[in-house]
Amino acid sequence: MGGRETDVVLLDENGIRSDGRKVNETRKVTIKVGVLKNADGSAYIEFGGNKILAGVFGPRDVHPKHMSNPDTGILRVRYHMEPFSVSERKNPAPSRREIEISKVLKEALEPAVILEKFPRTAIDVYLEVLQADGGTRCAALDAASVALADAGIPMRDMVCSCAAGKAADALILDVNNEEDQAGQADMPIGYMPNLGKITLLQLDGVLTTDEFKKCIELGLEGCKQVYEIQKNALREKYFSSGDNN
Amino acid sequence: MSENQFVLPGDVIVTGDYRPEQNVILEGNKLMSTAIGFSEIKDDLVTVTPLTGLYTPKTDDLIIGKIVSHNALSWQVDINSYYSGILTASDIFGKDYSPSRDDLSLKLKTGDIILARIANVNSRDPLITIIGENLGKIDSGELIKISPTKIPRLTGSVIQTIEASTNATITVGQNGLIILKCDNSTGLKKSIASIKMIGMAQHDANLEEKIQKFLDENN
Repeated sequence: MGGRETDVVLLDENGIRSDGRKVNETRKVTIKVGVLKNADGSAYIEFGGNKILAGVFGPRDVHPKHMSNPDTGILRVRYHMEPFSVSERKNPAPSRREIEISKVLKEALEPAVILEKFPRTAIDVYLEVLQADGGTRCAALDAASVALADAGIPMRDMVCSCAAGKAADALILDVNNEEDQAGQADMPIGYMPNLGKITLLQLDGVLTTDEFKKCIELGLEGCKQVYEIQKNALREKYFSSGDNN
Repeated sequence: MSENQFVLPGDVIVTGDYRPEQNVILEGNKLMSTAIGFSEIKDDLVTVTPLTGLYTPKTDDLIIGKIVSHNALSWQVDINSYYSGILTASDIFGKDYSPSRDDLSLKLKTGDIILARIANVNSRDPLITIIGENLGKIDSGELIKISPTKIPRLTGSVIQTIEASTNATITVGQNGLIILKCDNSTGLKKSIASIKMIGMAQHDANLEEKIQKFLDENN
């Protein structure tokens, strides 16, 4: 059910996936904090083959003025894919998909950011996908959360994100591009680990109720692993002893 | 749980009967940090001193600002924060100020640097005042900008150390702007370099010794 016909063996008889991972293993994640000098906060994430830059500005004046809210600050998120981020040139104009992901990520970050503290201002988050390899929205959300913390914007909790899904009739963690194309389900999850709240939950594909529950559990495990990497990245910039300049 | 520790947003500092202060929120009975910083527990108050972020105006803070514009009743001042400061005209002209008689641009022009105090933060934009000793327009000196989160590190003893060895006069604005005045150019260069060193330094304990060493080396 679901998925396209393909030659790729998504799961071999030993339970090893097309890129050599086990079913409950994420891709390699590395995060760097403070990579952009001109932004108030920034982060760079490599999530397997995904390479994403996040820059945060604010709180700052809202332009156009009519967008500002006298009771609270506003959060604006732009998710954008570079023309060279995919194998066939992508038109740099924002596509329907990018506009939707921007909205979804904004709503995934809003519960974490304490916007009420900054009435009449905007916090802008820019996410540039330099290289895409499936699961960019999760990786972008991870980078955005780290960049917001780097900018010193008050947050109730960090937001970590990882996808879970189903391919070759098995539940898998961190769906990659092939598994997304040929698999049966893809479920990105955004999670606030200390508050224990889910801020992003999408599902593309078909799962039974039982599979859905297991899939969330698996995804949250992945989120927690990513959270540790986010914490280490921030600790490395702010708390490592001595001068690292 | 230890008294002081490094925290990230979402980290639980303590649980139990405590009160949240600066950069701390209460969730159930957990006190969680909302910023990257250094947590402290004093009696039942929990605070986090942030290591990053913009300047948040606090009443009575001494700040250095730059005049951006003015209208009939007030000046708008860039105070290196997310809101601009408002300096009312009656602050300079007194209570009998009348917009038709007095011209604001004669007293303070766009681009002028002022030393001011935050008077009130409860209004729409923070109100600032230049009534007080040594407050007002700054005519000379070198303006340096460092991250406002590094200002708490410029303690009295650090400033004294720099002033003693370079003969400079240092005025620190809580919003991250610093004015340096010095008669000789080598002293000025050295004091600028040491302030910038503090602005760049990561969190470590023996900053004062490092500054002292740096100043001695270049003597």
